[in-house]
Amino acid sequence: MHSIEQLRKICTQVRRDIIRMVHGAQSGHPGGSLGCTEFMVALYFSVLNHDPENFSMEGRHQDLFFLSNGHISPVWYSVLSRSGYFDKKELSTFRKLNSRLQGHPATHEGLPGVRVASGSLGQGLSVAVGAALGKKLDGDTGLVYSLHGDGEIQEGQIWEAAMYASANKIDNLISTIDVNGQQIDGSTDEVLNLGNLKDKWIAFGWEVFEMDGHNVDDILKIFEKAKESSGKGKPVMILMKTVMGQGVDFMMNTHKWHGVAPNDREAETALSQLEETLGDY
Amino acid sequence: MKKFTFTEKKDTRSGFGEGLLEAGRNDKNVVALCADLTGSLKMDAFKKEFPDRFFQTGIAEANMMGIAAGLATAGKIPFTGTFANFSTGRVYDQIRQSIAYSDKNVKICASHCGLTLGEDGATHQMLEDIGMMRMLPNMTVISPCDFNQTKAAAIAIARHHGPVYLRFGRPAWPVFSPANQKFEIGKAEMLSKGNDVTLIATGHLVWYALKASEILSERGIDAEVINLHTIKPLDEKAILQSVMKTHCAVTAEEHQMFGGMGDAVCQVLARHYPSPVEVVAVKDTFGESGKPEELLVKYGLSPEAMVLAAEKVMARKKAELQA
Repeated sequence: MHSIEQLRKICTQVRRDIIRMVHGAQSGHPGGSLGCTEFMVALYFSVLNHDPENFSMEGRHQDLFFLSNGHISPVWYSVLSRSGYFDKKELSTFRKLNSRLQGHPATHEGLPGVRVASGSLGQGLSVAVGAALGKKLDGDTGLVYSLHGDGEIQEGQIWEAAMYASANKIDNLISTIDVNGQQIDGSTDEVLNLGNLKDKWIAFGWEVFEMDGHNVDDILKIFEKAKESSGKGKPVMILMKTVMGQGVDFMMNTHKWHGVAPNDREAETALSQLEETLGDY
Repeated sequence: MKKFTFTEKKDTRSGFGEGLLEAGRNDKNVVALCADLTGSLKMDAFKKEFPDRFFQTGIAEANMMGIAAGLATAGKIPFTGTFANFSTGRVYDQIRQSIAYSDKNVKICASHCGLTLGEDGATHQMLEDIGMMRMLPNMTVISPCDFNQTKAAAIAIARHHGPVYLRFGRPAWPVFSPANQKFEIGKAEMLSKGNDVTLIATGHLVWYALKASEILSERGIDAEVINLHTIKPLDEKAILQSVMKTHCAVTAEEHQMFGGMGDAVCQVLARHYPSPVEVVAVKDTFGESGKPEELLVKYGLSPEAMVLAAEKVMARKKAELQA
């Protein structure tokens, strides 16, 4: 079990990986990746019951994770490699020709850790529900986790899945929405106001928690509560407040770094704010 | 010319329902999903025998496709059932990303395809599904000819690993293929041998191609009839062997002329053995309400339309030979 201090150190390194990968490819999505770093690190290093060295598609008797907002692939790839799914050297191939690290996550090239392609938004909750149903059929007590962007829930399919999951008591599912209030064209308030998210998910029959997506201690506590709530007839939703671009001062609190790569000077500035704790790839 | 007869008419969707039930008995990993059309898709028997393996998703096809992808990830063999337009056009992106690109073992089973849906009209008469599905990498596309073959195909696709689109229809239709046949995915079926023209048909129109070959026979034309029940992967060898003998072909499908089975055949011939082809299909227009047989006549998909196409393509062949 990693201490809070160890998890924080991993987060710093993961943020370096994100900046270096996106800079190296001169494309990718740093904003949401930086914002979801604590979540991903806590999930993969403390929360999930998984077997990184022996990845299998079915993941029987393990917990599964589905990334629905696939554009934040840099943070996922970094955390997958740092937790043992594949060699960190491979991070240097991100978004390049013949790489398993596609711009958006895919199973096609056989990257361990990825179970379905994502990128076209709104599909991952349905897939997670299906995987959760599969576990129930098999009497498999593993849990299914998923992550979604807040802009993503503007997609109608999310609400089809939301309705299905509560109506069918999919209570081995713990989903999280990254509430950073930003999307490509601007703030979610400007683009399409999401209204009261908590009320919406409660109205759809979910057990809802809120957490601070940059406080590792809070993340671990809320995940513990979420796990305790599983198996009680309701799917669980965690509304996670984050800051897009967290950890790099000039990328924070703006939608401008949603899908833009830093140039050499910007990358250098960003990396100077992030200590190399575990060794760069 | 081999004579084909039938003793009864049955809908291909009922063949699907029986095949699904048998596939479910063969393998406990077979599960079924339906978006509020259980009766129309004839999935009741499966639901009754395997209630725990049947998932009613409500009128939410996108979610159904995603759940199917998730179930496949967990090692299940999901069969989704709804009408052809809700099975393809409505959920194309879900199929593309979560199923085809992700190579999930999902069987997309689509009823009420084509004009023979009948009275419900153009909103529900899916005529573009073969095109959409055959464009997707990893996807197998199957369109059986009658009740018995649809049943056999449903059983066969459960044993085939990978995404499959299975297309069938609503009306009672002549049953002329053998009961309990073995269905071989990707292998075209030679129904009747001939030397003058190759008739390549799929789905309901295979029966019409057999009718057309009888009319042609009365006029002294010896037609070869191929049932192309698998449109992807395409049995190029069977098509080429036949056309190298007849030097011309007519394709027939209950689908748009653009993007359908006819296009697939034309591409094979253009690449390997350029020959005159006439495509019997819907001519870039939407359908309308009416009785199935009336619609097939009005939109140029009748046996008589195939006869005219055969005579036309043979005239083109003759003109080319003389040139």
